[in-house]
Amino acid sequence: MPEIKNLSYAEAVNAALVRALDERAEVLLFGEDVALPGGVFGVTKGLRERFGERVFDTPISESAIIGGAVGAAMFGRRPIVEIMWADFFLVALDQVVNQAANVRYVSRGAVTAPITIRTQQGSAPGACAQHSQSLEAMFAHVPGLRVAMPATHQDAYDLLLAGVWCDDPVIVIENRTLYHTGRSPVGVNGAIQPAEGAAIRRSGTDVTLLTWGAMLHRALEAAELAAGRGIDAEVIDARWIRPLDLGAVLASVERTGRLVVAHEAHTTGGVGGEVLAAVAEAGVHLRSAPLRVGAPPVRIPAAPALAQAVIPNASAIADALVRSAAG
Amino acid sequence: MLRIRFFEEEVSRLRAEGSIVGSVHLCNGQEAIYAGASAALDLSRDAVFPTYRGHGWTLACGVPPYALFAELLGRQTGVNGGRGGSAYLTAPEYGMYGENSIVGAGAPIAAGAALAATFDGSGRIALAAFGDGALNQGAVHEAMNFAAVRDLPVIFLVENNHYSELTPIASMVRGDRLFKRASAYGMPGGQVDGNDPTAVRDAVARAVERARRGQGPALIEAVTQRIVGHYIGDAQHYRPPGELETALADEPISRLLATLRETIPYAELDALTERVRDEIADASALARADPPADPSTVLEHLYA
Repeated sequence: MPEIKNLSYAEAVNAALVRALDERAEVLLFGEDVALPGGVFGVTKGLRERFGERVFDTPISESAIIGGAVGAAMFGRRPIVEIMWADFFLVALDQVVNQAANVRYVSRGAVTAPITIRTQQGSAPGACAQHSQSLEAMFAHVPGLRVAMPATHQDAYDLLLAGVWCDDPVIVIENRTLYHTGRSPVGVNGAIQPAEGAAIRRSGTDVTLLTWGAMLHRALEAAELAAGRGIDAEVIDARWIRPLDLGAVLASVERTGRLVVAHEAHTTGGVGGEVLAAVAEAGVHLRSAPLRVGAPPVRIPAAPALAQAVIPNASAIADALVRSAAG
Repeated sequence: MLRIRFFEEEVSRLRAEGSIVGSVHLCNGQEAIYAGASAALDLSRDAVFPTYRGHGWTLACGVPPYALFAELLGRQTGVNGGRGGSAYLTAPEYGMYGENSIVGAGAPIAAGAALAATFDGSGRIALAAFGDGALNQGAVHEAMNFAAVRDLPVIFLVENNHYSELTPIASMVRGDRLFKRASAYGMPGGQVDGNDPTAVRDAVARAVERARRGQGPALIEAVTQRIVGHYIGDAQHYRPPGELETALADEPISRLLATLRETIPYAELDALTERVRDEIADASALARADPPADPSTVLEHLYA
């Protein structure tokens, strides 16, 4: 039986890292400022003291961090590395896309790269255009990678561990707006879950609202706003963007006949478009046009007033639910 | 070295006739580096991470020419079942942990392999081999600094053939002593005659010994030349007149044979040469007779 602890989202991540380092001697944890400083968001606090040399700081060298993880993983280690901001991934995409994602495939399983890359993304007040992007679609596009987007405290714990235990390269995208926004009961030391599968966060009958990451909380708020307008939305948290649990989405859409996808990322080329296409291809009969809610194709500005004009809020999602239900 | 040379010559022929398709990068002229360096490694535990110009490394690691031909020909029996091809093949059971078609990208991965060794007690050395052009890639610098600061057992081996693909390295960097960059990272660096297999072996052996003692990485610049183009079909219009002739006069195989003739009877050397030539011809014929890679396997091994 899992033990219940009252943890912040950041503490839930920390608890997962403690468990991984405790239970698997081959786990290494490294990245910029993760060891002695304990992470810029305090997520990795205390791990260096507890686990010694298996937790260490690296130069500001994202290619070396991810490439180093790939090489170490090929030789039996199970590295967990941190890319401090998802935006910083872009200086090391080669190691993710051309390297990590290919190791198992090209060698036909003779060598594998079971690495876990933690990062955080999204817009928060005052974040400039190089510290605020939502990049999950870029990673989801690449065969061989798994992409997790934990939205709840429990998932911050569970999805990370699922990633560490998984034998594929896994990217876990957290959101810094969630790290320190209150504690919740988190079951720790329960069974390790497979690295896939969506969750229904709110049952409903009128429209399916699919979302993930920090947007889940706005989606749930939007569902309540819509309920006030007589619309009963079912909210699904994708949890894993790749592999996407299309079965859960189709089952829900078959019940409701309507679909809205809400994400913080840009709609152009985003995962939302992929979901709409997959549902259309599956031939599910929809009672109204499927809708996407996301950021417009514009850079993310720093000033809160400007950022608010770009990032979808609960009211924008609720409006989409109403439009969907009216169709 | 002969095996590598004859292999590459046969690849050139197979590419010309269209049996091998795509971009193929031959290593003719650089054979002494692979023979020398591999002799200084213990490939039952050490790991080599070469670049896309990797046929020579693959053979030097001990991969049978037949399995390599089959890979280049897109056969099911290829060392990667046709998934790697000429420029991205992997043969971990031979200590060959993957060519890389991305210039310099193997360096951080080699550092990671060495990082693992600092935890698993294997005594493994990782050797990252890349061309002179790769020294201008950020990933290589990140890897060298990372390896140096953590004393990782990595050998960074630069095959300086003086060309960054089609452009002379002299027009891409200030100064021609590339190994001097090692000092910026606080690790030893040195230059060696890359056309002399014994010199390469000795230089790599010294670095290996040092790394196995826990004293960290080293950068070795092996100076050589490509006596073929960057890829098959490269007409090398960019090479100044006379340069290739000079290179051919110093190329490692004729040099080695000349040295060996001082002590080994001509007939014996000729017999050896013929035996290797036959071995390569047989391996090529055997691989060509194999069935193409099986499309029904194309989705396998993507995820665990």
